[in-house]
Amino acid sequence: MAVAQRQSLLGLFTSADAAAEALDQLEEKAGITPDDFDVLTSSPYPEGAFGEKPVAHRLYIFPIAGALCGFSVGLLLTIGTQMAYPLVTHGKPIIAIPAMLIVMYEGTMLGAILFTILGILFESRLPAFGAGLYDPRISEGYVGVIVSTTSDRVPVVERVMRDAGAADVIAGPPRGS
Amino acid sequence: MQERPVLSDRQINRDLLDFVLHTPIWFWGVLLLLGLVFGAGFIAVVYLISTGVGVWGENWPVMWAFEITNFVFWVGISHAGVMISAILRLTQAEWRRPVTRAAEVLTVFALATAALHPAVHVGRFWRVIYWVFPYDFFRGIWPNVRSPLIWDPSAIFTYLTGSSLFIYSVLIPDLAVARDRSTGWRRTFYGILALGWRGNPRQWRLQTLAGILLSGLILPVFVSVHSIVSFDFAMALVPGWHSTVFAPYFVIGAVWSGVAAVATLMAILRFMFKLHNYIRPDHFDALGRLLLVVGNAWFYFFLLDFIFGLYAREDTEVQIWQARVFEWPFSALFVIFLLTAYILPVPLLMMRSVRRSVTMMFLTSILINIGMWLERYILIVPAMQYKQTLQFSWSVYQPQLPEWGLVIGSFGLVALGVFLFAKVFPIIPIYEQKESQVFAAEIKVGKVTVPGVIRE
Repeated sequence: MAVAQRQSLLGLFTSADAAAEALDQLEEKAGITPDDFDVLTSSPYPEGAFGEKPVAHRLYIFPIAGALCGFSVGLLLTIGTQMAYPLVTHGKPIIAIPAMLIVMYEGTMLGAILFTILGILFESRLPAFGAGLYDPRISEGYVGVIVSTTSDRVPVVERVMRDAGAADVIAGPPRGS
Repeated sequence: MQERPVLSDRQINRDLLDFVLHTPIWFWGVLLLLGLVFGAGFIAVVYLISTGVGVWGENWPVMWAFEITNFVFWVGISHAGVMISAILRLTQAEWRRPVTRAAEVLTVFALATAALHPAVHVGRFWRVIYWVFPYDFFRGIWPNVRSPLIWDPSAIFTYLTGSSLFIYSVLIPDLAVARDRSTGWRRTFYGILALGWRGNPRQWRLQTLAGILLSGLILPVFVSVHSIVSFDFAMALVPGWHSTVFAPYFVIGAVWSGVAAVATLMAILRFMFKLHNYIRPDHFDALGRLLLVVGNAWFYFFLLDFIFGLYAREDTEVQIWQARVFEWPFSALFVIFLLTAYILPVPLLMMRSVRRSVTMMFLTSILINIGMWLERYILIVPAMQYKQTLQFSWSVYQPQLPEWGLVIGSFGLVALGVFLFAKVFPIIPIYEQKESQVFAAEIKVGKVTVPGVIRE
């Protein structure tokens, strides 16, 4: 038995309301579930505005991990270097905790910030050059609805999109490829 | 009440990318002008390095003067940026939208310029690398972490790195818009920087969280940086610098001068790029109110420093304050400082008509920064110039031409940096403007319809 190939369609809608309406129609008439579609917009919309699944992420782990790494580096730079060459200056102790805390604090914060940036990129799945269907009109205010479906259901999905008011429908490779 | 024009995404793209994608003839004129101003500083630094630090007017005991004044001034300016951006993001203040990026960019260029000053001051700046970083693994020689001059670079490095990454992370969606609207090498350039951004719900969700999370992380760094700058003074043995309020006094002073600089920058951007639909009188009104609060808080700390200095009736402290207030030329500078840093701007900012006038806000913010530059000068030089007991080598400080060149050049460098950034990247966040349109609503209250904002 031949296995139906998956294909993606990008429907461009002039408003968020039209896109949300189209997604309702797609669910009702073509059996499209939140796992099968993605929405592309030029600005953030309230979570769930298009009936998409809530975004699961672990971003909050990154700053904690980064802070621990930064703290360790700060500790090494302060205690380690002072112990490596224990020269008394101004009669101050070699391990001067208040002074070390400043460098360790900055190291901790730097680590947290660096790891947060990495976390944002990782959780946003970036970089993602040529990740799938896209149209420059999206940045002009069009709302893009990408539906991933089997090739035999492409005509149905396209018709539903056009009936729901899509200004254009573009076919392409499966989502994420 | 916020005036909120209705703008389409297409128009927002066109307005905010116009200067990025097209080069008007006046661009070259402004570039030349700023290049000349920066050139003055560059020539001054080249002259200093080729001749030696003796070309400056510094002599024992005044070994820090214009350069450290300028350093503290620019670190102060750098504070407003991320402070405004971070606090306004965390509190979800609607009027933040056109202000944040310009403030963040000002932070980065002001901080980078500030960081150049200590390097220039040592005369042989290429050796700073040995001074700051662990370098001699073979002999086991390391920087002295007990010195405030090591705390400073570590704090500034963290703040500069954090601020730069913060700008980049919130710039990615706008880079994607620039990619979509450009052709040729520009498309490739913005395409690479946009990292393949498409704008799906996951990316937007993470982008929103990034702004909040990074704001929360940057704010403590922001407080630490100017506290540590104040430690450069407070932990020294120079009399007149031992006030326990120095750290918060420096931080609030930085915010006062920095928010004023953001107001100056917003006025210039509005005029230069014709951004009347985006930077509106209500934004200046909000900045003016913020300035009013910060200005009074700063004056409170200034008074504390003044009173603490005099109340113990310690001879040295009293004499330093006498020099600051009564001895020429500091006495004249002190009067100008008080007038420009507080007495004139604060009453002006109390007037709604001033806060809503772009020209008046521009002039008032310039006044504040003249005052705040003088504040640092008056704080530093009279204290260093104080002739201590058994001090046999002593001189009066007089700034020389290369020092003036450095100060003027630093303004040129910051202005040039911000201007070139605005040429390459959108200086007003495009997606923030679009988001404000998405979340805008009109609410009917009785017989009037008022603009409102939907918030998640």
